[in-house]
Amino acid sequence: MVELSTDVLLSAQGISLSFGGTQAIRDVSFDVRSGELFAIIGPNGAGKTSIFNCISGVYHPQQGSIDFRGENLVGQPPEDIARLGVARMFQNIELFDNLTVLDNLMLGRALHMNYSIASAFLFSRKAKRQEVANREVVERIIDFLDIESHRSFPVGMLPYGVKKRVELGRALAMDPTLLLLDEPVAGMNSEETEDMARFILDVRAEMGVTMILVEHDMGLVMDLADRVLVLDFGERIALGTPAEVQADPNVIRAYLGEELSDAGKETR
Amino acid sequence: MTTATKESLRTVKGRPQLFTSYAREMAIFNTRVKRNWVIAGIIAMAVIPFFLQRDMVALLTTVLIFAIGGIGLNVLTGYAGQVSLGQAFFMGVGAYTAAVLGGEAQGDVIGLGLDMVIWLPLAGLVPALVAFVLAPLAARVRGLYLAILTLGLVFIGEHIFKEAKPITGGAGVGRAPADPVFLGFDLFSNQTILGYRIDRFTVFYVACLVIFVVMAFGARNFVRSRFGRNFAAVRDRDVAAEVMGVSLLRTKSLAFTVSSFYAGISGALLSIVIGRISPETWNIFLSIDFLAVVFIGGLATISGSIMGAVFVVMLPKLVNTLTGFIPGFGGIGEGGLLNVFELQSIIFGLLIILFLILEPRGLYGLWLRLRNYFKAWPFSY
Repeated sequence: MVELSTDVLLSAQGISLSFGGTQAIRDVSFDVRSGELFAIIGPNGAGKTSIFNCISGVYHPQQGSIDFRGENLVGQPPEDIARLGVARMFQNIELFDNLTVLDNLMLGRALHMNYSIASAFLFSRKAKRQEVANREVVERIIDFLDIESHRSFPVGMLPYGVKKRVELGRALAMDPTLLLLDEPVAGMNSEETEDMARFILDVRAEMGVTMILVEHDMGLVMDLADRVLVLDFGERIALGTPAEVQADPNVIRAYLGEELSDAGKETR
Repeated sequence: MTTATKESLRTVKGRPQLFTSYAREMAIFNTRVKRNWVIAGIIAMAVIPFFLQRDMVALLTTVLIFAIGGIGLNVLTGYAGQVSLGQAFFMGVGAYTAAVLGGEAQGDVIGLGLDMVIWLPLAGLVPALVAFVLAPLAARVRGLYLAILTLGLVFIGEHIFKEAKPITGGAGVGRAPADPVFLGFDLFSNQTILGYRIDRFTVFYVACLVIFVVMAFGARNFVRSRFGRNFAAVRDRDVAAEVMGVSLLRTKSLAFTVSSFYAGISGALLSIVIGRISPETWNIFLSIDFLAVVFIGGLATISGSIMGAVFVVMLPKLVNTLTGFIPGFGGIGEGGLLNVFELQSIIFGLLIILFLILEPRGLYGLWLRLRNYFKAWPFSY
């Protein structure tokens, strides 16, 4: 078990998000500690992905604040949040389909290159040096994720499981402090799921990246997560270790419905 | 260290695809064959005009100029995925910038008669600046909406060009273009070198070839740089691009700016080949020609744009020549089934449709197929 620090890396306070009359998130608060693997679960439409979108700046919550290393993320554009060290994997694969695996990962390095437009036109020594240096980083990630053989293929042609891995690789290439994983094993068979779980644990052990995981695979969540936040209809209904959450009556109600015995008593 | 680097840059004999360093694999010509073919191509292009008639040389010059503008539009439409019909407007801005700075004053029409060293870069920079100012507006819309927005730009531009008489000479009148005098050397005059007389069209062709080669290499470098990757990211998945730290507004603005720089240079040079520029030149049909260059040549390839330019400029000439041998196709007013210009338009339209359906990668795609076929020849796989 990885020893957890107590310093808070990300702190969401009372965030609320609505689209017109639909309340997607209602007054949700939670803290994510440095080095933690924090999971968010909940039935479909509970607001899990919306929280990710709020953190990464795709949505701007109407109320509340999200504090990340002393900066409030609310209201900042996605590219600035990326610059602060937040990377993300998408639920429905959002890779650059026409680009090769290499180029996709190189895009993860976008913020690590700063040569000028003139340098780019001439492909000057500075541009070349930065490209090669970042290529080396990318190659290490390719090696880590075991996707060498797919390196120079356009991503659009690759099988689903590999695409998911490439997406993880692209997020890792950003060298993030916080990594948001949105259903990393959705639609995968048990073998692929196991591979992905292994990668997630390795990322944490080797790179020390803090992660927030949204996932429907309860086995995976309960095995990997340090703490779990449970949402239902945009509201926080539980937060605690996997064991605590599993025993929580509110969670059981959200997932399994009201106890039948109660309903039965009424009619009897 | 340096010897080790040099060592790794060398190719392994007989294994052109075996790269021993990232720098080598990422080089612009990562195989010797590619480099040699490009050099051969440039030499061939430099030599050809000396064996051709004046009108063919002028046509080839137009090809080069269309290639420059086509590459510019491909950066915007092919790489960054922003369909623009505004190319003609930016070409016009470039042409008039050049004409005002480098042309002769005639009556009310302004002309400063400056050297090409000044007007050529500015013919690119002024349209680039205009595009940079307009880009935030264009970056808000995408797809068809952007096409319509840029279409509006062409109409507004045409109107301004018609009204701004001191700059453009006004509708139907026009003005003389810039004089291509480079450091006192007139690039559009007959020259005699070692007793060999060189036609002024050939001299100008060679000048355009140099500009074209520089700009084509620049574009090739640019699109394989971090900026080119950002363009492709914005094109393929804009939300993901933002989360990677790629600003949509900045990236789209850059694509517009670079594209318009190329358009401006292309417009300035084109006006010299045409000889006299009227505001009607920079209309929607010119924009469509450039879209045809990009689509027929192939999206997101520099060499494709060059092939597209050859095709779009040469096709009318070819149709013209061929129809001379077929009865029933006369010139304008000669009667017959169709006149040559109608036939040109029909063939043009048909080809665009056929390319979009059968080979969306354009001429470049055809070339890839051909190459791959012969790579494995005589086997089919």
